[in-house]
Order: sequence, then structure tokens, then C-alpha cells
Amino acid sequence: MASVENISGNLQTGDQPVVKADPKWAIMGGVVSIVAWLALVPLVFLIYQSFRTPGTARKPAIWTLGNYFEAYSSPDTLLLFANSVQFAAGTAILALVVGTALAWMTERTNTPLKPLFYALSIIPLIIPGILFVVSWIFLASPKIGLINLALQNLLGTDKVYVDIYSMAGMIWVDGLHYAPIAFLLMTAAFRAMDPSLEESAMMSGASMWGIFRRITLKLAFPAVAASFLILFVRSIESFEVPALLGLPVGIQVFTSAIYDAIHSYPSNIGLAAAYAITLLVITMGGIYFQSRITSQGGKYSTVTGKGFRPRTIDLGRWKYLTAGIFLVYALMVVILPFLVLLWSSLQKFYSVPSMEALRNVSLAAYVTIINYPSVGTAVWNSFILSIGSATTVMVLTAVVCWIVLRTKIRGRFLLDQLASIPLVLPGLVMGLAIMVCYLTIGGGIYGTIWILFIAYVTRFLPYGMRYNTTSMVQLHKELEESAAMSGASWFTSFWRIVLPLLKPGLLAGWIYIVIVSVRELSSSILLYSPGTEVVSIVIWEMWQNGQYVELSAFGVMLIATLFVFVMTAQWIGKRFGVKET
Amino acid sequence: MLTVKGLNTEYPSQKGPPVKAAQDVTFEVPAGKFFTLLGPSGCGKTTTLRSIAGLERPVGGEIVVNGRTVYSSEKKIFIPPNQRNFGMVFQSYAIWPHMTVFANAAFPLEVRKTKMTAQEIREKVMRVLSAVALEQYADREATKLSGGQQQRLALARALVMEPELLLLDEPLSNLDAKLRDRMRFELKRIQRELGLTTIYVTHDQGEALALSHEIAVMNEGRIVQVGTPREIYEHPRTKFVADFIGTTNFIDGTVLGMDTATGRWNVRTPAGDMLVHAVQTLAPNMAVTVSIRPEDVEVFEEAAPAGSGLNTTSGMVDQKVFLGDFVDFQIKIGEFTLLSRAHPSMRTPIGDKIHVRMNPEKCVAIPDISSARNAA
Repeated sequence: MASVENISGNLQTGDQPVVKADPKWAIMGGVVSIVAWLALVPLVFLIYQSFRTPGTARKPAIWTLGNYFEAYSSPDTLLLFANSVQFAAGTAILALVVGTALAWMTERTNTPLKPLFYALSIIPLIIPGILFVVSWIFLASPKIGLINLALQNLLGTDKVYVDIYSMAGMIWVDGLHYAPIAFLLMTAAFRAMDPSLEESAMMSGASMWGIFRRITLKLAFPAVAASFLILFVRSIESFEVPALLGLPVGIQVFTSAIYDAIHSYPSNIGLAAAYAITLLVITMGGIYFQSRITSQGGKYSTVTGKGFRPRTIDLGRWKYLTAGIFLVYALMVVILPFLVLLWSSLQKFYSVPSMEALRNVSLAAYVTIINYPSVGTAVWNSFILSIGSATTVMVLTAVVCWIVLRTKIRGRFLLDQLASIPLVLPGLVMGLAIMVCYLTIGGGIYGTIWILFIAYVTRFLPYGMRYNTTSMVQLHKELEESAAMSGASWFTSFWRIVLPLLKPGLLAGWIYIVIVSVRELSSSILLYSPGTEVVSIVIWEMWQNGQYVELSAFGVMLIATLFVFVMTAQWIGKRFGVKET
Repeated sequence: MLTVKGLNTEYPSQKGPPVKAAQDVTFEVPAGKFFTLLGPSGCGKTTTLRSIAGLERPVGGEIVVNGRTVYSSEKKIFIPPNQRNFGMVFQSYAIWPHMTVFANAAFPLEVRKTKMTAQEIREKVMRVLSAVALEQYADREATKLSGGQQQRLALARALVMEPELLLLDEPLSNLDAKLRDRMRFELKRIQRELGLTTIYVTHDQGEALALSHEIAVMNEGRIVQVGTPREIYEHPRTKFVADFIGTTNFIDGTVLGMDTATGRWNVRTPAGDMLVHAVQTLAPNMAVTVSIRPEDVEVFEEAAPAGSGLNTTSGMVDQKVFLGDFVDFQIKIGEFTLLSRAHPSMRTPIGDKIHVRMNPEKCVAIPDISSARNAA
């Protein structure tokens, strides 16, 4: 705890030569106030708004319980709740089953194609949610879906085989979309598990299935439960799938109900806030139980801290089956969605693949996109916003983490909690809260790009915290203490020792936040105004306008750009990053 | 040079009152001396060192270096570590992995208030690097150094700032045994050449004995004995010190009285009556523990040549362990088992009779705490 001691107590000067005001106090105070403002103020306004009537020119807003009454008196609310839970639980289970199976196959078996699969597993993370949903509409809608058309051609019927516009369709698309996250969570869990526990089961004569069921899964239980809750919260927050697949056929969940309440005429922000509060309570519960499970994982403490290279299980002939599962998964999550977008981007009007359509292939849509009026602005806005918010978040949370981990200041754990609050706020709720907040206090921020910047920084604070915490706990405190002993001030040691050593973690977090900022839709959709569109908004608008071909062309370009960005950033990171020590 | 007076430190604990670490730690180190804080883990030695460094803030006491008060609870003085100008070598070395060897050593000169030219810095750094035999590695990445080299670099970084005080926190504990022996000599040479007042923290009694001018043995937050290595080893004041420094035999006994002929005390023990040396004043009927080092228990196959005033007895070889440069015998004398460390040429088989001789000078009587209080 280097400079901790001199932080923990206020420095009394006494008869000592006057101590100059240390700039570290200004920096730390500033950072704490910014985080507190970002995390708390919009939330307060959201709660406030949920108790207010809509104010009009003739009638000023007054206090009311009417929003909650309206939200809960209607029998539709019960249906809304049931739909939301069904959708979120279904999605979480699908994602978890797929993710766990894949993680087990890559971590614990000798399935072929593993390295390829690893490379593939990051690609879904860079496909924006809205593009993924659109591509699955192209694949499985009852009217234009390729799967239906192909089966109809093949079997000579006009029966609808798959209908994406249904609860099952919603779960399918969102489940596949979140499977990569489940895969990453479960991979980490499997890696942290000492394989000798499984090996001793094998020596006791257990079968492979017996080991998986009775040892591996049992040991992984805290990780499975925690992952389920994370996925549940993520899917109850998701906006793209319910909006594009649920709303057209009247399946409403909380997020789409909030969107509807704001976009109906006259817009009912109070009702939206009441729904938002309910959603918030659900996500808070989920995150609370998740952190409980994670912190109680002690009795399952499978991490021994020594490095182990797990021996993989030889699957024999079954390995071709697991390799096949890999391929099917890759097909569903990456290859088919991308190909269908590519196909439709090369058409003049959206049409089904056929020899005739093949003759009409053209790059017209790409030309249209390049000359499309709002695309240039949107790309520029997204670029500025993602770089700006990623940089801001990483620097801000580096200081916050330092305070939490390295000082003995009273209440530093509260700061950690504070910076994690945005985790429980669904994007749409966050957008609503920020909208209400800056509309009420004014200041001219609403309607500018700054409101989007504030939303992104707030939303992604927890990610910055996670990346910085992970790398900072690995940083031996003596590295900073020796800087202090060498005579370095706090600022010098933070700038010259701490930040450079955190560089790999900072870079990884930065890349991640850039990507999620570019994908961001659910907050932006409530906060953008003409001139401050971002790329995901342009895609949304094109979808609403039925410009499927242009949308596809833009989507293909976006995915390609993000892919190149990730590859370059990783290459730069490897090339110029700090060597592992 | 360094005066530590009534130092007390505390840690906040999860529940209940704060945990006391160092308690009433008081000592003084003259200029140019090598002073060691020795004790088991958790005895408060590292906390004491870190309080001197300023990395930890004590709750009470006073620390004065060269007439400059760096900490005083009474006068409410606390000088932050970066203004104390003490060099410190950490247990983990804390070599910054993102810098070269040169940059690591140059850091203290770069960050100090009085600016130096690049040329001056270069000269100073190279001088100190050559003192630790690292000058040819100056441009190498610090992480590419071996453990011993990293340790020397950490020392160089502490020395380059020409510190008033050199603080060493178990600097040798991460090295392998051979390298540790070499670094021990190296450290002593550099300390002597530069005449630096050095505070050294270790739990390794061998290191402490080899390096120090003076040792303070600590236990449970308190200093239990301060003295030269020889005093501490040969005349431990408490059972704890005797036990912690090296291996020893403890024989419980009762004081019979002063032996007027030799001036030694006569003690009745399960291994027979013996003459012992005592630092503290003893009294008849006092319960004492006699400590005798295994290497001071001489063994003979034939009856030992009886010298005047030497303790002699005999027993049976119960167990023996050959350790290369010596052989350990466990000797049964009646019900009592005595450990003796002998020359490897001693080959008495297990079960045979063996003769024992102990110099009273080496048999140290330590009064049991309870009976010592009664006597006082």
C-alpha cells in the first residue's frame, strides 16, 4: 500500500515545512465526482419521472402514482411479465447449453479444428445485434426466409416450416447471439478447474459421461449458475430482438413496451419510467444473486493458482461428431448470417438466391450507401464516440480501480459498487434515464452528440472496471512502492509506472469498448437527433424504411471494418504491448 | 544516526479492535552499521521497516534519521516516503518490467526535484551499475535479467540516489541457496565500502548472523533481544531466542546453587547435574531451562578426558543421521534425549554407549518467565 498511508489519514502539517497541495487529491476527487454523477444522477431522475404526470403547455406536471397504477392495473402487464421471463429464461438456457457444450469441447476434449474455432469465436462479438437479427429474418421469416423457401422448393409445398416471428424464434436468435458470451464465461470456468479432480474420477473408474455429469458439472455449478444469471439479465435487457421480431406480431416484453410507451403519441414517459423501474428491479435481483453465488464459490474453490495444462479426453470416433457440432454452430452464428447479408447486398431489390438473381448481381447498393446522406455523418459520429468513450472509460476506471485496490480510504468499496451500477441498467432504461435527466436540468446537452458520449461512458464504466481490476490485482504493489522510495510523486508513479504496466489490460478493454460502442443501439435510440445519428441508428432507420439491400451493404461494410479493426488492434497490441513478465 | 522510539503500528481488522503489529519498538543504529531485524513471519519486523520507509503510517512513536524527524506522533510529523530519500530493496525486487536496466536505475534521479543533466545521470547510473557488475547489461530489458541480476539491479536503484539509509526487505529470500551465499558476501562488501547505514529484515538466522553488526530479535511485535551476532547466538536471553537462532537442546532444570570453585551455577536436570552459565542472576530453587547447541555437545567413544569444571556424562546412541559435513546423534541419557552434532568421522553404531562432554560456558541457563518474575 504505497502511498496509501499518507492518503489514509489527512496529512497534518504541524510544525513541519508547509506541504504543497498534492495534485493527486484533485485528480482523485474529480474522478470520484464524475463517476458518482454519471452513475447516480440519471437514476434519481428516472425514479422521479416515474412519479410524475406528463407535463403539457396547459397542464404542468404533478406528483402521481398513476404511472404505476396504469402499468400494473392492466392485465396486459401480467402477460408482459410472463413474456419477458419466458424470453429471457429461454434465451439464457439456450445460450448456456450451447456455450457450455462448446467450452467443454474446446477445453477438455481432443475435438479437431479447435484453433480455428477459437479464432471464429470472437467474430460473433463484432456483429452488431441488429444485423444479426436482420440476417436471421432473411433466413427464417415465413415469407422471404431462405430456409422456408429452400424447403418449399425441395419438397414442393408452400408450408411454412420455420417462423422467426414467434417466441421460439426470438429465443433462437437471441440465444445464438449470446452463446459466444456463454462460451467465454464457461471457458474461463473450465480453465480455472483443476483437471486432476477429473483425472482422479477417471482413475476411480468413472465413465466419461459419468465424469462430466458427476464431477465436471458439479464443480462448475457456481460458474453455471452465475453465467445463467448474467445471460438472463442480458436477454431481459435486449432490445433488438423483441423490437424487430416481437413487436410486428404483438409479443411484447419490457424493453419493447418501454420503447412503445415513448414512441406512442402522445409519448408517455412516466409510464415508460414505471416499466423501466420494474425492469431495473429484475436486473438488480439477477446481478445481486449472481454476485452472491460468485462470492460464495469459495467451497468449490477450484482455482489453486498453479498453472496446469489440462489433459484432454480422447473422444475416439465421437470427435467427428463434436467437430460437426462446431461447424453447425459456426454456420448458424457466423457463416449463414454473413452470407445472407452479402447476398442481399449484391442485389438491386431483395430477392431469393436463384440463377436469375445471380445474373442481377451488382454493387449498386454499395454505391448508394457511400452517397447516402446520413451514412457519412453516422460513421464519423460512431468513430468519434467509440474512440472517445473507450479512452475516457479506461482512464477514468484506472484511477477508480487504483483508489479501490490501493488505498485504505474509508468507503472505497462503495466507489466500486458505484461504478458497477450501470451494469444493472438495461441500455434502454439508461437511455431513458439520461434523456429525462438532461431534459429536466437543461444545459443544452440534449440533442447534441455529448448526450450520447455521456450515455456510452456511463454504460461501459463497468467494463472498464472489470478490465482494470483484473490487471491491477496482478500488479505487485511493491512496483509502486519502489517508485515512492525512489522519490517519485503519486502522479509520476501513476503515469510512469502504473499506466504503462496496465497497458495490455487497458488496450484489451479499450478495444472491447470501441466495439460495443459501435454496436450500441438501445441507449442511442432514445438519445439521437438528426445530425447525431450513429451507425446502428442508420441501420435501424433503413430497416424501418424497408431499404433491405442498402442495409445489407452497409452491414457488410461495417462488419468488415470492425473485423479489420480488431485484427489490427490485436496485432499492434502484440507488437508494441508490454511483454508478459 | 537512526533512532526509533516507542514505535506502535496497527492494522484495521474486519471485525473487532485493530490488530497490533509492532509494539513499543525502540532501537538505535549508529552511522555506517548494518542492523538486522530478525524474527519469524508476523513478528512485526517488516512493519517496522515499512514504518521507517514511510510506506506505513504508525499510530505512535518517533523515527529520527540524522537529526531529521521523519515521523513523530507527538509532533504530528509524517514525511511521505518520496521525500525521505531512503533507498529500499524489496522482497520481490520490484524491477519495473517495462523499462531497461538503465531506465530502472535512472528513475530515482529523473524524478527528483533537483534536476540533473542527462550526462550527469548517465555517469551516476553507470558508476552504480558497475558497482553491482551490471554495466554491460545497461540497455537490456530488465525482465531479461536472471534472479540474482534483478536483485543487484534493485540494489543499484536503491544506491543511485545516495540514500541516507538503506532498507532491505528480505532481499535474498527469492534466490537459490548457492546464489544467496554469494550475494551475502557481495552485500556485505558493498555496505562496508559505501559505509551505508543499513536496516535489514530477514527471518533467516544464518543471514542475520553472517551480515550484521547488530541484531534485534523480534517476536509477537516486540523486540526480545538486541545484541551482536555472537551475543545473540551464544547467550540467548529467552527460550524463544535460543530456539529461533539455530538448533538447540532445551533441558529443564532447577537451580541448586552457586558453585564457588568455578563461579558457575549448579543445575539439576534429567540429564544429570551440570554447571551452567547465566546472563541473568539466578537463585536456588529457581526453575530454569538450559540451552546447549548440538555442536557444543562433544561426543567420545572412550570416556571423555575430564577437564576441570567440564560437564561430563554418558548415554546410549538412539538414532543417528549422516548429513555429509556432519553427523547428528540422538543420545539417550536416562529418559532424556540430547542432540549432538559431531564430526562425520564419528561412527558409533546405534545402541552403543557414548560419552558426552559439555563446556559450562556453552550451557546457558534461561530463567523460566514465571519463576523469574517471582524471584524479581
